[in-house]
Amino acid sequence: MTGKARRHIVQDEPLVFEISAPGKRGCQLPPLDVPAVDAAEALGGANVRREIEGFPELSEVEVVRHFTRLSTWNYAIDLGMYPLGSCTMKYNPRANEAAASVEGLAWAHPYQPEETVQGCLEIMARLEQALAEITGMDAVSLQPAAGAHGELTGILLIRALLAGRGNPRRKILIPDSAHGTNPATAAIAGYEVENIRSNERGMIDIEAFPSLVTEDVAALMITNPNTLGVFEVNIARIAEILHAKGALLYMDGANMNALVGIARPGDAGVDVLHLNLHKTFSTPHGGGGPGSGPVAVKKELEPFLPTPRLKQVNSQWRWDYDRPQSIGRVRAFYGNFGVLVRALAYIMACGSDGLRAATVDAVLNANYVRKALEPHYDLPHKEPSMHECVFSDRRQARHGVRTMDIAKRLIDYGFHPYTVAFPLIVAGALMIEPTESESRRELDLFIEAMIAIAREAEENPELVRTAPHTTRTSRVDEVTAARKPILRWRPEE
Amino acid sequence: MYPEEFKYTREHEWVKVEGDVGAVGITFYAQQALGDIVYVELPKVGMKAEKGKTLGSVESVKAVSDIYAPVSGEVIEVNEALVQTPELLNRDPHGAGWLARIRLSSPEELNNLLDAEQYQALVAEES
Amino acid sequence: MRFLPKSDAERRQMLETLGLESAEELFAQIPPELRLRRPLALDPGRSEFEVLEFMRACGRRNKTGQPCFLGAGAYYHYRPVVVETLASRGEFLTAYTPYQAEISQGLLTAIFEFQTMMCQLTGMDVANASMYDGSTAMAEAALMARRITGREHVVVAASAHPEYREVLATYAHNQAIRIREAPYDPESGAVNVPAAASLLDDNTAALIIQSPNFFGVVEPLRELAGAAHAAGALLIHVFTEAVSLGLLAPCEEADIVAGELQSFALPPSYGGPYAGVIATREKFVRQLPGRLVGQTTDTRGHRAFCLTLSTREQHIRREKATSNICTNQALVALMATIFMTAYGKQGLRELAEQNLAKAHYAAARLPLRFRGSFFNEFVVHCEARPPEAINRALAERNIVGGLPLGRFYPELSDCMLLCVTEMIRREDMERLVETFRSGGQA
Repeated sequence: MTGKARRHIVQDEPLVFEISAPGKRGCQLPPLDVPAVDAAEALGGANVRREIEGFPELSEVEVVRHFTRLSTWNYAIDLGMYPLGSCTMKYNPRANEAAASVEGLAWAHPYQPEETVQGCLEIMARLEQALAEITGMDAVSLQPAAGAHGELTGILLIRALLAGRGNPRRKILIPDSAHGTNPATAAIAGYEVENIRSNERGMIDIEAFPSLVTEDVAALMITNPNTLGVFEVNIARIAEILHAKGALLYMDGANMNALVGIARPGDAGVDVLHLNLHKTFSTPHGGGGPGSGPVAVKKELEPFLPTPRLKQVNSQWRWDYDRPQSIGRVRAFYGNFGVLVRALAYIMACGSDGLRAATVDAVLNANYVRKALEPHYDLPHKEPSMHECVFSDRRQARHGVRTMDIAKRLIDYGFHPYTVAFPLIVAGALMIEPTESESRRELDLFIEAMIAIAREAEENPELVRTAPHTTRTSRVDEVTAARKPILRWRPEE
Repeated sequence: MYPEEFKYTREHEWVKVEGDVGAVGITFYAQQALGDIVYVELPKVGMKAEKGKTLGSVESVKAVSDIYAPVSGEVIEVNEALVQTPELLNRDPHGAGWLARIRLSSPEELNNLLDAEQYQALVAEES
Repeated sequence: MRFLPKSDAERRQMLETLGLESAEELFAQIPPELRLRRPLALDPGRSEFEVLEFMRACGRRNKTGQPCFLGAGAYYHYRPVVVETLASRGEFLTAYTPYQAEISQGLLTAIFEFQTMMCQLTGMDVANASMYDGSTAMAEAALMARRITGREHVVVAASAHPEYREVLATYAHNQAIRIREAPYDPESGAVNVPAAASLLDDNTAALIIQSPNFFGVVEPLRELAGAAHAAGALLIHVFTEAVSLGLLAPCEEADIVAGELQSFALPPSYGGPYAGVIATREKFVRQLPGRLVGQTTDTRGHRAFCLTLSTREQHIRREKATSNICTNQALVALMATIFMTAYGKQGLRELAEQNLAKAHYAAARLPLRFRGSFFNEFVVHCEARPPEAINRALAERNIVGGLPLGRFYPELSDCMLLCVTEMIRREDMERLVETFRSGGQA
């Protein structure tokens, strides 16, 4: 019976600058079919650069070897589970890639006349409709480039609505369990942040809440389920309290993977939310992006959505720029179209039945893992988990082993670490979200690994504290990297 | 461990008074909790420090902590050595790791600070 | 469902270990009135064949595959096959952000190479690992200048991309940053330097100049930098056409460079996903938003890379972060890295030279609106008939014409912006010129 990980020889590889040699070419252009132009004459001598010093020169073979070798040093979803809480690292269907590379879609220019890109506009319109239905909201903008960008857009929408009513207000309430983008976004949108404490159940304290909603408060940013994986059972009441005071409810949709087909934020009183297509809707992370962060709103916020908006005129799709109340643009062009294609392909492949089934499996997987690990790891909050669960390292800490060490040791067992030390309200947190993409076998191997590490923490803590032992590099010196940053290669003097 | 002649705050800063000037820094307990310090954001000379308000910040790899001024007054000198060698804060937090020197505007504030014994008790409680 | 790797039997067993009778019980904590009690009003799941057929049909409804003279921030360039081959490897495509350095060295190494190449191209000391796109990179660079200088307002060239300026306005509006526009000279198409200088005061954080500008014209960056610095402001150089970096000299007096990498990475893709970059001087590194990869060693002394200076970022600094950016555009930056490596030092220059030659061939045969030197885009004056009419005539000849400028610059509504890259063949240019000369008559 094979375990999850075994050693294997992996190619080493220097930087491209270190294999570069003058005169090597990796790409050849066809010859010019027009006369060459003297750059100095055309541009002015001072505007023409000298050669690009230090730039690499490699043959095509070396280019392929270089990046292929580099790729073998990476973990990826294609290799195994990422139990990263609130990241929803689900399978990235390859059909999505085929959809995005359809030539008619990939080669469309954003400024082509609208009648020549109806295929693109249809895809965007369908995705808007599907996301509105999934979230129970009235209108969707696909313009924001990522979750944080969508958050910023959402808060700007709130500001515009309230300013239109006479007072944008000063503060945004944010639970102490929130992801860091929430307060960062609020600050960029020009609001003060007021952190509110979670109660002992890890949820927003509904008793204390009404007194926090003063006339100064523009909105609450809620994540539901929250970063503990717990459904905020009072969300509807929270929405009522906010609305009674003229404030709004923003929902961070990062955890939508627990809700699709089961419950809709719009039905709970949420006014505006953002989605992460690279989480819930399977578009690939690509090492950190691109993503897409659509924003979905109730109709009172629709006039403020970014310009332009899609509208149908005589059964043709058009971009509507006549939007006097819009907050403006949050980026050039229309959105991360290639990512939108992938998300729609996923939604179409799953359909209403498949999307709901995915949610059920995601929650089932998280609870299965939680049950198996409860005897071995401290579970600070006992509320029912949805798609993720949060443990703490309290038991292992007695032996000097912390959550980061356990995470690093998990690598030796062939897994990517879970989310370490977040949310901040749990000391020494281990945040685990398997997603629906994991088979029972992969889950059992994960559980086995975690149990083995718990035992190692007691019997051989040093082994865990100095992990990982089987990777190409051991733990890296992040302290020196921060004290004396080296952010680019330079040739030896 | 904690020098007798210093005064301390509950937020783990210390003040060493020399005439009408107070040298300030963070305590051993604070630097230990922060871990390896990688960067210090020092106040600007001439800044009007206000007791309890942010004076600067220290960063470890994974966290940033604000430093609060233990006393009010004008910042007359900052410890430039920390720019190149932030690890001084870890190695010698009560000595070479001093942050700034402030000309005290309200010396009576010192009366509300903790003495070494009281601070020691606070640390024992928090551990 | 083919994406769900569990059998019904396994599901039942797992529910049993949880002591549950049905999956419905997993959601018992949700208040019943919040539960969705009907299926989602979406089509049922489709086979892969049907989904791809739908997408291909959408593709066929678009008009692509013809010679296209559009640029204006999104460009057609030849992308070597290996870019797609390598970037679509699962170990890159499906990898997460490289927070765990030990199992992300492949990606971290490639980003370190990317950062280096961006420095080499722009002449700056340090570059980040990408922003969402050129437009948000420009906006974030403005916010960065404000943090660095402590000043509040910015001046931006009217000859900078109009949509980029709209994005800047959105970001600035909520930070109480005032934006003034420096006009362009109607003869040259470049920024009027004295006019720009007169807009700078001691509360100006930055002068923002795009070069080559939206009209394709090369701006006098050195003089503009001089004016900015004389007023104590920073000079931000913005580029939308990355290929121009292969031939145009970097501005050594610039403080921040912000730009768009689409030319190096992807076809136009109807506007996204693209990738921006911000590069700057070493002294400003702590104000740089976005991820940074740094070189270090592991415990055995081997060279290794890791994300660094993370305390600037949202997940640590929260409300005091330099930006709220979390996800960036890593895969697109990787594609750009592979593209730049495949072309290499000579290839990138040759690519730029071909663009210059082709654009100048076409421009020599058309009535130019501006006198200023240009790279691969230029503005043409449409005398006899409006640009829209010329484009209709071109469309009948299966050519996609340029961008009529009236929608962005009412004073130029009798002009269109044309882009000619290495992808345009001589005969396409000749047919375009012919159509122009015949006044757009078919």
